[in-house]
Amino acid sequence: MGVIELAAFAEAVGSAGPVTIAGLRTRGGSVADVRCVSAPVGIDWVQPDEMTACCGAGTPVAELNAALAEHGQRVALPSSGTVGGALAVGHSGVRRLGDGPVRDVLLQARYVSAAGEVVKAGGPTVKNVSGFDLCRLLVGSCGTLGFVGDVIVRTRPIAAHSQWFSAEATDPHECFARLYRPVSVLWDGSTVWALLEGHAADVSEQATNAGLRACDGPPSLPTGSRRVVPPADVASLTGTFVAEVGVGIVHHADTWTPPIGDPRAMELESALKREFDPTGRLNPGVPFG
Amino acid sequence: MIAALVDELRAAITPERVRIGSTELGLYGRDASNIGGSAGAVCFPTSTAEVQACVAAAHRHGVPFVARGSGTGLAGGATPLDHALVIVLTKMNRVLSVDPINRLAWVEPGVLNLDLTRHVAHLGLHFAPDPSSQQSCSIGGNVANNSGGPHCLSDGVTAAHILGLEVVLSDGSLVQLGATEAEPVGLDLRGAFVGSEGMFGVATKVCVRLTQNAPSVRTMLMDFNSVEDGAQTVSAIIAAGMVPAALEMMDQLCVQAVEAYIHAGLPVDAAAVLLVEVAGLAHGVEADVARIIEIAQAHGAGGVRIAQDEAERALLWKGRKSAFGAIARIKPNYYLHDTVVPRRMLPQVLRQVYEITARYQLQVLNVFHAGDGNLHPLLVFDKREPGVMERVLAAGEEIVRASVAAGGVLSGEHGIGLEKRDFMPLMFGPADLAAQAAMRRAFDPAGLANPFKVLPSPAACGDVQHVPEGAWV
Ligand SMILES: Cc1cc2nc3c(=O)[nH]c(=O)nc-3n(C[C@H](O)[C@H](O)[C@H](O)COP(=O)(O)OP(=O)(O)OC[C@H]3O[C@@H](n4cnc5c(N)ncnc54)[C@H](O)[C@@H]3O)c2cc1C
Repeated sequence: MGVIELAAFAEAVGSAGPVTIAGLRTRGGSVADVRCVSAPVGIDWVQPDEMTACCGAGTPVAELNAALAEHGQRVALPSSGTVGGALAVGHSGVRRLGDGPVRDVLLQARYVSAAGEVVKAGGPTVKNVSGFDLCRLLVGSCGTLGFVGDVIVRTRPIAAHSQWFSAEATDPHECFARLYRPVSVLWDGSTVWALLEGHAADVSEQATNAGLRACDGPPSLPTGSRRVVPPADVASLTGTFVAEVGVGIVHHADTWTPPIGDPRAMELESALKREFDPTGRLNPGVPFG
Repeated sequence: MIAALVDELRAAITPERVRIGSTELGLYGRDASNIGGSAGAVCFPTSTAEVQACVAAAHRHGVPFVARGSGTGLAGGATPLDHALVIVLTKMNRVLSVDPINRLAWVEPGVLNLDLTRHVAHLGLHFAPDPSSQQSCSIGGNVANNSGGPHCLSDGVTAAHILGLEVVLSDGSLVQLGATEAEPVGLDLRGAFVGSEGMFGVATKVCVRLTQNAPSVRTMLMDFNSVEDGAQTVSAIIAAGMVPAALEMMDQLCVQAVEAYIHAGLPVDAAAVLLVEVAGLAHGVEADVARIIEIAQAHGAGGVRIAQDEAERALLWKGRKSAFGAIARIKPNYYLHDTVVPRRMLPQVLRQVYEITARYQLQVLNVFHAGDGNLHPLLVFDKREPGVMERVLAAGEEIVRASVAAGGVLSGEHGIGLEKRDFMPLMFGPADLAAQAAMRRAFDPAGLANPFKVLPSPAACGDVQHVPEGAWV
């Protein structure tokens, strides 16, 4: 089992001057007019009986998933772009209800710090509480705290059977309450969609029980804004939207300005940024999160 | 300094709830680990505002403070050093609200783990992390230690079940980290706080995710002629694409001790026993049970006992959970270790554990979360035997080193605290440790929240920072 060499990547990031990083640019990509680096590409290993895999952060998610599929496994990251990009942005896909947040995927990361050093966060095993959870901080930090070079991720088995269903529904929670751990439940104000996985007989029993009919797939998601609201607010949404029931992520046709966070939390974020990147050289101007 | 602080605390939260008597100082001078410290004062706030008042007073006086839940931690996390102020959160034990539709709840940190599960049981829900100490440990302690339990194999450890936190920072200010929203804007501060072992601040409210109870559950016990066969069965089950709800292993000495204690009809002749629980919807569960039995038999499993009813299931679990009671019949004292290794390394590392303990003439029982490679060698001893504590500590250190050398980590669920602080360099280099120290500084620039835990002091500042050792008792 090889170890991905990060020395060249660290050298490219360097220790002075503004620098940005790009993956496949599916999530906005790099900062304009700033020197741009890219993370190592390639899968180092896949361990099906550990349910872990190690790859360069520049590896496309699709490539990792193709390698895992040979073992009946997958990684719970949104399928576009690179592994590093998906982790840096930290936005989950519509399977979040079943898969959990993106942050739960990352077990270990080696990143290049603002000082140009290779730093390891987390550890290689599926369970680990050795030290502070720096991995959580890296996920969703949009490359503002360090540039991830390689990662060890948690994988999951691909379910034996997977099917989308739908039904008319004015109250999304009625259907939601009848399902046992659905992978996704979406609602647009009049129709509810559910993704059910597992044993085929369980899936069809569940669907019948909740009054759902098989359908081709989820609806297309409006792209005006991706709002994050308390899950309790989903039932009272208005406009053109598709909401993730039980999660509170809303794909809306209209634009949206996120509420201002707790000012004390924003101070903590600034303090972290000062600690990790005192001169603000990593992805300058990019807001985290 | 402490006297002035105590006066201020008494004015802030009433005199009865600030204690400096020798009984209280003794009682709160350590946690459930073998490490003792020294408390300067103990206070029992009942609200967020009172926690803020206590922390702000400690901050004004430059006195370190230690948040404490139930004190069941096993790594010395809640052990106060240098006469720190102990802030006990057990009086903040209300479930504040439950949203049964979206399956989440806001609770105070002193709520006991099992009490929360009982509180929501009538809704068909539970709090998934289930440490063996769940009858007595607090949600605040679970958050701070990112605790796990047998059923965290499929459902994830505490971190996967925390949505939001209200935290008192070391200057007494209050901050909200996340809430019911899935993905709050900005850095994942709540994620960073989970597992921070009381060193980032005091959690005063916690928003937890609740998990649906499984409609169908099957529990089985399988015995093996060798630890290797049991361990290989574990790897084969996972590689076959199944993640059981729980996958626990007990070795022979442990099974024998437990059987002598609870008489559950456990296979005392087996070298190793696996307790496997599969949970979910009925068809999937039955299919998985059949495949798991097939895999186990292909790996030489002898008997397979499937619990026929809830009573038998409870009995099998009682076997797993009685290890601590059972060992008292062997020796009066125990030292419980906690490391993780890749599953495929379980046979090798277990062999090393037996070899190391034999060399130090110690008895060891293994009862552990095999499904995620989380070893729990339980060394039993009688501390009145001269020199035994040194042997226990030396054997423990070798076990930790062997686990890390096998590609594992220092701790799977108990945390680092004082116990493993000086082992951190086995896993992390200076730059890695500096990054963790930077996280701490951002949350606690004053360095007053539970200092001297988790991070070994960098050699460079040895002259300005003394590191109390904490006495092994
Ligand atoms: C018999 C036995 C079995 C155990 N089994 C398991 C097991 O299966 N899995 C497992 O993971 N652990 C286990 N443990 C360890 C322990 O129970 C857990 O770590 C538990 O989560 C600690 O909770 P507590 O309330 O006792 O915390 P404490 O021991 O009081 O404190 C633990 C840490 O949390 C900090 N802390 C406590 N409350 C707060 C707060 N509100 N805000 C900030 N920091 C806080 C403390 O400063 C300390 O660092 C076991 C312990 C025993 C004695």
